[in-house]
Amino acid sequence: MALEDEGNNLRAEEMLLNVGPQHPSTHGVFRLVVKLDGEMIVESEPVIGYLHRGTEKLAEDLQYTQIIPYTDRLDYIGAMLNNYALCHTIETALDLEIPERAEYIRVIVMELNRIGSHLLAVGSYLLDLGAMSPFLYVFQERERIVQMLNQISGARLTYNYIRVGGVRLDAPPGWLDEVREFVPFMKEKVKMYDNLITGNEIFLARTKGIGVYDTETALAHSLSGINLRCTGFQWDLRRKRPYSVYDRLDFEIPVGKNGDCFDRYYLHLLEMEQSLRIIEQAVEQIPESGPVMGKVPKMIRVPKGEYYTGIEGTKGELGFYIVGDGKDKPYRMKIRRPSFVNLQLLPKLLKGENIANLIAILGAIDIVLGEVDA
Amino acid sequence: MFWYWDTHPLQWSSALAMIIGGVVVLFLSLGVVAYAIYGQRKFLGWIQGRIGPNRLGPFGLFQTIADIVKLLIKEDIVPDQADRLIFLLAPIIAYAPAFMVLAVIPFSAHHVFTANLGIGLLYYVALTAITIHGVMLGAWASNNKYALIGGMRSAAQMISYEIPLGMSLVGVILMAGSLNLNTIVSAQQHGWWFIVPQFLGFCIFVVASTAELNRTPFDLPEAESELVAGYHVEYSGFRMAFFMLTEYTYLFAMSGLVATLFLGGWSGPFLPGWLWFAIKVTAYILFQFWVQGTLPRMRQDQVMSFSWKVLLPLAMLNLVLTAVIKGFFM
Repeated sequence: MALEDEGNNLRAEEMLLNVGPQHPSTHGVFRLVVKLDGEMIVESEPVIGYLHRGTEKLAEDLQYTQIIPYTDRLDYIGAMLNNYALCHTIETALDLEIPERAEYIRVIVMELNRIGSHLLAVGSYLLDLGAMSPFLYVFQERERIVQMLNQISGARLTYNYIRVGGVRLDAPPGWLDEVREFVPFMKEKVKMYDNLITGNEIFLARTKGIGVYDTETALAHSLSGINLRCTGFQWDLRRKRPYSVYDRLDFEIPVGKNGDCFDRYYLHLLEMEQSLRIIEQAVEQIPESGPVMGKVPKMIRVPKGEYYTGIEGTKGELGFYIVGDGKDKPYRMKIRRPSFVNLQLLPKLLKGENIANLIAILGAIDIVLGEVDA
Repeated sequence: MFWYWDTHPLQWSSALAMIIGGVVVLFLSLGVVAYAIYGQRKFLGWIQGRIGPNRLGPFGLFQTIADIVKLLIKEDIVPDQADRLIFLLAPIIAYAPAFMVLAVIPFSAHHVFTANLGIGLLYYVALTAITIHGVMLGAWASNNKYALIGGMRSAAQMISYEIPLGMSLVGVILMAGSLNLNTIVSAQQHGWWFIVPQFLGFCIFVVASTAELNRTPFDLPEAESELVAGYHVEYSGFRMAFFMLTEYTYLFAMSGLVATLFLGGWSGPFLPGWLWFAIKVTAYILFQFWVQGTLPRMRQDQVMSFSWKVLLPLAMLNLVLTAVIKGFFM
């Protein structure tokens, strides 16, 4: 479509710009076809699927326990939560009893993983906005988390640790003390990030009032997690539909006010603080000893029926929907991937925006392509 | 004498001296650029809790040289749809003025290789404006949309910031009563460095020069996270190196200008002049790296409105204040 500049009798054209799939700020192989009028975005269309591995289809040929390592590869910076989400659904279907110690270990590793994921979200967001140092700082703290998770699970990224009925291994001796020491250290670091980033004038100018949407829009697009809470809507599955031992722990659900990119960034920091509170309490409440694996049938067969449970993932509601037919493999598995769902709003947010805001808005939605494409 | 060519320029010995001087300054600037890049990587590494280059040579000192060699032996790719001639010429158009402005910077007390130009400052400002043509032509000739956006941003930004930059210089010119950089240095030798009476001008100059150099937080033309590499996205091998060379040569030149105009140039107690100059230049370059490791990037429209609505009025104010104070009290 040619646009006419009538005043000067010039012909102006829209420009089609491919952002990605090889672009440093799309957080993976994500492509955005943007139609530009000057610097204004007229239309944008996300193109996904470059990382599609067909996890859901593959799961139909796998026994339930065999699916767990595949979930590691969804949102690969929050693998513990993915493990748990799947196991939780199966456990709900089988109505399994989980040992107390296992539940607490699960909560601790999940919250540690959540902090690691949020750290990376903050760091990569700042990198998108052109500040390179925070991205490297966050890896220092994340390294400690990854080391701890490595000690308990034997892997740094793809943990494959949470099992149906419990966890694979008990915490090694001294591990809980290490977690206990980590909490005050991390609290200081969160304060440091608050000091370093939040007050920065340039950062504020780039994020305040950018990419704003209200609660209705967010709910209409079924956003969840920080993308929903930034509009001021209090929704956290850890509180609203408590699972594991979250109902015994005291924590708050921070919400934003304006629903802009700044709120989305700031909620990451606030949530890290709350996660630290959870870890602090969980480390105190955890039973001294006990089994970490419940009584699980030798062969897990999910009875006929449809099962869905969602947990509060790092990016929003992470749910597994399983259709069982009494066999050892699911008849159908569907994963509610928060990154994928949250990404829906992007074209709407980008419409009419300046191209300079594209990266700021995309970064604040905080997607992980492994999860978007599954 | 051989070296005093600025007093009798029309002699063969003077011509020879000019050529030697040019070559010496070229190698000097190449050395500065190589070690500015090394310093940047090392310094940013320290800021970010890393080590930085440490493999090649002691403390990784030969890293940049290896990088240059690597760039030299790389294939010189010209995209099919590019405007070949302009594409090939653009890096040279960009680099030539960056090197030429070094002619007027007084490196030391006995300005051996410095052109004692009466309009030195004007020469500097005028030549820097040429570089933008190289950048824009290169961006346009690449036939790449990212490069185009980068080039346009670069043009808009450089033009916008040249004005407050020039305005902030006028304050110094008024103080010294000359456009000659050597005279400006000697005007600071007895009394305050101009950073004190011209503090506002200094601040404006630092901000505007950061924008002129396309450095953080004004590094939009080559914003990696948005435009991948901006105007030089299609360049490879030594033509890409030429753009980098331009950038760092300007960093050197601009640091030299800051040192000359506001920090007393080569003058200073005890140490020899060239060392003082080197210290001041290094300090300013490190300051730029420090900013780079600290701040995020501004947005294009913010950059523009900041230049026109904040910096320019401030520069005007500075100019008026300087003129009034100079006129009535001195």
